[in-house]
Amino acid sequence: MFNIPKLPLAQWVDAALAWLTAAISPLTRAFAGFVRLGIDGIVSGLGFLPPIVLILLIGALAWWIANRRVAIFSVVGLLFIWNLGLWQPTLSTIALVLVSTLISVMIGAPLGILAGLSERFHRVVTPILDFMQTMPAFVYLIPAIPFFGLGPVAASFATVIFSIPPAIRLTSLGIRQIDKEMIEASDAFGSTRMQKLTKVQLPLALPTIMAGINQTIMLSLSMVVIAAMIGAGGLGGEVWRAIQRLRAGQGVEAGLAVVIIAMILDRITQNIAVSKKTIPS
Amino acid sequence: MDEPKVKIRIEGLYKVFGRAPHRGVEMLRAGKSKDEILKKTKLAVGVADASFDVYDGETLVVMGLSGSGKSTLVRCVNRLMEPTAGKIIVDDIDVTALDEAGLREIRRKKFGMVFQSFALFPHKTVLENVEFGLDIQGVPVEERRPKATEALKQVGLDGWGDYYPQNLSGGMKQRVGLARALAVDPDVLLMDEAFSALDPLIRTDMQDELIALESRVKKTILFITHDLDEALKMGDRIVLMRDGGVVQIGTPEEILTHPADEYVSRFVENVDITKVLVASDVMKKPKPVAFVHDGPRTALHKMKEAGLSGIFVVQSDNWKLVGHLTAERAAEAAKAGERWIEHLTTAEACATVPLDEPVRQIFSKVSGNPVAVIDSEGALKGVIVRGTVIAALSERGEDNV
Repeated sequence: MFNIPKLPLAQWVDAALAWLTAAISPLTRAFAGFVRLGIDGIVSGLGFLPPIVLILLIGALAWWIANRRVAIFSVVGLLFIWNLGLWQPTLSTIALVLVSTLISVMIGAPLGILAGLSERFHRVVTPILDFMQTMPAFVYLIPAIPFFGLGPVAASFATVIFSIPPAIRLTSLGIRQIDKEMIEASDAFGSTRMQKLTKVQLPLALPTIMAGINQTIMLSLSMVVIAAMIGAGGLGGEVWRAIQRLRAGQGVEAGLAVVIIAMILDRITQNIAVSKKTIPS
Repeated sequence: MDEPKVKIRIEGLYKVFGRAPHRGVEMLRAGKSKDEILKKTKLAVGVADASFDVYDGETLVVMGLSGSGKSTLVRCVNRLMEPTAGKIIVDDIDVTALDEAGLREIRRKKFGMVFQSFALFPHKTVLENVEFGLDIQGVPVEERRPKATEALKQVGLDGWGDYYPQNLSGGMKQRVGLARALAVDPDVLLMDEAFSALDPLIRTDMQDELIALESRVKKTILFITHDLDEALKMGDRIVLMRDGGVVQIGTPEEILTHPADEYVSRFVENVDITKVLVASDVMKKPKPVAFVHDGPRTALHKMKEAGLSGIFVVQSDNWKLVGHLTAERAAEAAKAGERWIEHLTTAEACATVPLDEPVRQIFSKVSGNPVAVIDSEGALKGVIVRGTVIAALSERGEDNV
């Protein structure tokens, strides 16, 4: 027992990663292309508008989707961030969150639907999701670097991996928790599988799916900050720089901006979910 | 009468839940009980060797307590549940042998289903719910909308199409459920405890309306219930189930008068309409009666004409009940040369009930002699014999529209 050498797990992982990097390079390149395009598009698109216009637009959006309180909070919070001189990093953080969330949902929702419909797939995917969620967030930063190098693309990759589980889980849950009689009713009238999915299962699962997307956004934001360590930039970058230079004041400013962005995103997306649920009544 | 046309034939149907359910079928065929099988194999028996026919245009009620397999059985008919063994033949098509596409086709064409807890889609309006069956058949909006509106009208929900199900009361929700099933114009309505979740008054209304509707649209209805009153009221015939098997098949009258076994008769004892119906609902006209000044021979003659062994004697002017005279007594009196029958009647042997006496109480009194129904003045209003009660109960089942 004492003489058995340490298992070379680290070496194995390194070797596997090296092989993977080479093997999936077309995929990684496509991913990188998509992320860069998305981030550049959003940053330049949003950056094109004067901050005050953008702030008022976001306020209007918050009012439309949520309510007046959220709208006022959004405008005041964003003005505060602008005042702190953190407008540019905030934009790039929002861009990174939006792109990562989009990718997470694009991958996560279909997987979630599959897990919702197939008991077998559900059983395979659940332990993987458990594993992904218990893994410390930093760990995802490491494989991101060999695939994409330092920078926002690597950050987005790590963010997607970290934030995808709730999108899958809650989509699956949303489909699973539909009342059995609803499914029977849909079957009894002769629905095809596709009709059942689009006309009954997805609409009924929508509130839960939206709750999953909300969580995915929140996790994305937290990961985007951590991913500053591998060059995500944005508000996380500001925090990271403040830590390295031991500048508590700057750290608090940037941290506060993150909190404000988190609250705005949360309230707005939460209300998308709720308003969908209450439309009928 | 011609042999009725069979719409659905169920042959040796088994449904066993669990892994490798065929083991359960083997054990059932070997005569093992449901409990034994559950204990030994963890297999749950839903339906065990059920066979019966549903005739075209009839309302067949499948009745049993919860766990008797009735809901499983109805789900096997359109294969919401896969039968473990046996056949289900609808219009010469073996439903159990259909592939996915064939099954979909038959579900669309032949069946409309109504569920216990309504199963309306909360994200669709009432009208969209009713349209659902037509929608998935690919019927275009402009064609399905009038059909759905018509179906809503049939169930008395004209003008409620734009509401959402959660704005409706339970009774209205089930009307929507019924309209959804009717909208596709199916041959067969499968109704799984459709009215069980409704409160009693609404439920009675719905039953009456379904009976009325049935006579208008002429559908074959397979109606599942755990309630014997409902079964007696709705059913042209009743299939009684216990532990997954069929205990008795018959008309409501047959079930009431000749319960197949202890289990059925226990049910019948508790028929609840007996609580609702009162003496005046079930009594027959008191014909003939003898009057106090009739002679014994006249009384005997009246009895003979009507084939009775006894007769009620009343005052001739106000029909006030005096008593009951048996043929035996009248014969003796005639032999003895008695002229009047007034003093011959036996008031004690003659049970009387007021007009509003619940039928339930009457049951125990009609053992031998008929019971006289009298009004508050004591005048004879009607007669009840054992047969009257039962006939009235089963008539209620069929004619109360």
